[in-house]
Amino acid sequence: MTAVLQIIFDALSLGSLYALGALGIALIFGVMRLVNFAHGDFIAFCVFAMLWPSIDATAVVFAGMLPFYLLIPLLLIIGAALSILSEIIVFRRFRNTNPATMMIASFALGFVIRHILLMFYSSRPKSITLWPSLGLPVDFLGAHIPMLQVVTIVITLVTLAVLVLFLKRTRYGLEMRAAAENFTMARMLGVRANGVILLAFAISGMLAAAIGLILATISGTADINMGANVMLIAFIATVIGGLGSVPGAVAGGFIIGAASVIFQATLPHDARVFRDAFVYGAVIVVLLVRPQGLFAPKSAKQRV
Amino acid sequence: MSQRASVVRQTMLTPIVLIVVLLVMATLSYQFGSRAFNRTAVEMFINIMVVVGLYVFVGNSGLLSFGHISFMCLGAYMTAWLAIPPVMKSITLKGLPAWLLHTQLPMWVATPISGVFAALFALAVGRVIMRLSGIAASIATFGLLGVVNNVYSNWDSVTGGQGSIVGIPPTMNVWIGWLGAAVAIVIAYLYAISRSGLALRATRDEPVAASASGIDIVRERLIAFVVSAFIIGIAGALYAHFLSIVNPGAFYLRTTFITLSMLVVGGMYSLSGAVTGVVAISVLIELFRNLEKGISLGALKIALPNGVQEIAIGIITIVILMYLPTGLTRNQEFSWRGWPMLRRWSRPVRTAKELN
Repeated sequence: MTAVLQIIFDALSLGSLYALGALGIALIFGVMRLVNFAHGDFIAFCVFAMLWPSIDATAVVFAGMLPFYLLIPLLLIIGAALSILSEIIVFRRFRNTNPATMMIASFALGFVIRHILLMFYSSRPKSITLWPSLGLPVDFLGAHIPMLQVVTIVITLVTLAVLVLFLKRTRYGLEMRAAAENFTMARMLGVRANGVILLAFAISGMLAAAIGLILATISGTADINMGANVMLIAFIATVIGGLGSVPGAVAGGFIIGAASVIFQATLPHDARVFRDAFVYGAVIVVLLVRPQGLFAPKSAKQRV
Repeated sequence: MSQRASVVRQTMLTPIVLIVVLLVMATLSYQFGSRAFNRTAVEMFINIMVVVGLYVFVGNSGLLSFGHISFMCLGAYMTAWLAIPPVMKSITLKGLPAWLLHTQLPMWVATPISGVFAALFALAVGRVIMRLSGIAASIATFGLLGVVNNVYSNWDSVTGGQGSIVGIPPTMNVWIGWLGAAVAIVIAYLYAISRSGLALRATRDEPVAASASGIDIVRERLIAFVVSAFIIGIAGALYAHFLSIVNPGAFYLRTTFITLSMLVVGGMYSLSGAVTGVVAISVLIELFRNLEKGISLGALKIALPNGVQEIAIGIITIVILMYLPTGLTRNQEFSWRGWPMLRRWSRPVRTAKELN
């Protein structure tokens, strides 16, 4: 029983992380059909923003030393600012081009951010300690659950709840949903395109910052690749959830998180390093059955 | 039949011009270039193979692929398994099956086998990926890149894990590089004028109309996917022979990005664009490489910090996409009438066909 509970918590916390990532990608995709390949580099940027630029192995913690009630808002602002800046400088000019061009542009932007980080921080992973007390386990029905997992799950659920309320109950949320459904129509009915898109980018950037914080706390390191790994899985999550569907992306994130943890627990020891390959294999099986994803929105079907 | 002959007549100049220009470059490099310069030239020819392979799929189908570098990885490792002397293999790659452990094939045999291996793999995964709609398929190819990288960097007994495998005979030179690039260009050209290539470009420009005319989109995309995987598999094999070491890090995000930006800078939808883009970006890379090493102006020595090269290429790609979205060649080919370029069999697409 305790082992099962442990697995459930592992699955939920990993799934939360992927769901947050998938959400950040799905929101932007919804309003402007942009697959944001720079999202992983936004995450890495937010992690590295806590460190003072240096190429030594021991990191000089800079913003990371702030108390949490200052650090968290600061990082969220950094994430949102980076995201908004990239919209204004780069993506705004690609609004009317085809998705392939936008994809390459975002890929190029991610590449630039990544190499700017590499230039200032070098490719060596650095240790960074945030809130060590969160690593302590708490007893829950006889299972030892790390506090951090509980916090991650709670943060994700709160974020999702706030976002749902925002999307369903506020004017901006309504505008954003309308824009995601049919952008041209929404504009004609008085939705301000720039406002909605900037808002989507800001939220997406904040989600990236949240993932960065959680990842840095879990792993205790700042590594240039950690954003890319989450992003890769978040992409797959948006595809199996049904591209263009925000709830689908979240569900896809949780499903992949659960699949990873279950494979980790049940695969024979030698095969565990290939866990990700097994997960992708499962994804392929899902897509064979439903090529349009599990929760494909009606708007994804092309009208002629 | 006569129609096909006229297509050939009208478009034949493109591959010939490209191959001859590359031959001139190879000759100049062989005659006047230093050893280091010749290596750069070989690298450029290998990149031409990769980007031309990428063009076969991306250019004809209009779908972006982030996964083609994994075919390069497959080709390179296959060559490593086939071409490294058995004595060395039995120490570093213990997990290989016995028949593979005891064979050593020369380059001329190992390279096509590597290409076929990559093509077969593409056939298997392509059957799934090509069923997805446009953007989802692009994302899935990105997943493919992740899977292949994950497997090749962890399967220690067969791929040597994160480390490098050494001992592939370094038999590459400028001429073989040129030959490889020429073969890639000819295959890409033959595919583009084939029935399948024409059908696929029709699906790229007007998916609904093409589908209504009886074109099986999934099938045509799959054919292009396999052909491009074959070309890139061969490129990977030659790359292994060129460096004489392989490691999985060489076939990941950086290479994916550089090759894609070469394609975009030149012009995504034309063969001439693919080759032009490689040449342009290769010149830039070489320039920045020298700037990073430092140039001396009198007593003053100026050197750019490491990493400027990648940042500059990223920014240049974005700027080209902004102001010249159809690339340096405007997506057109070198052809008979009108010089230098004329609209011929590669019409640039202006409509945004979003999904599918």
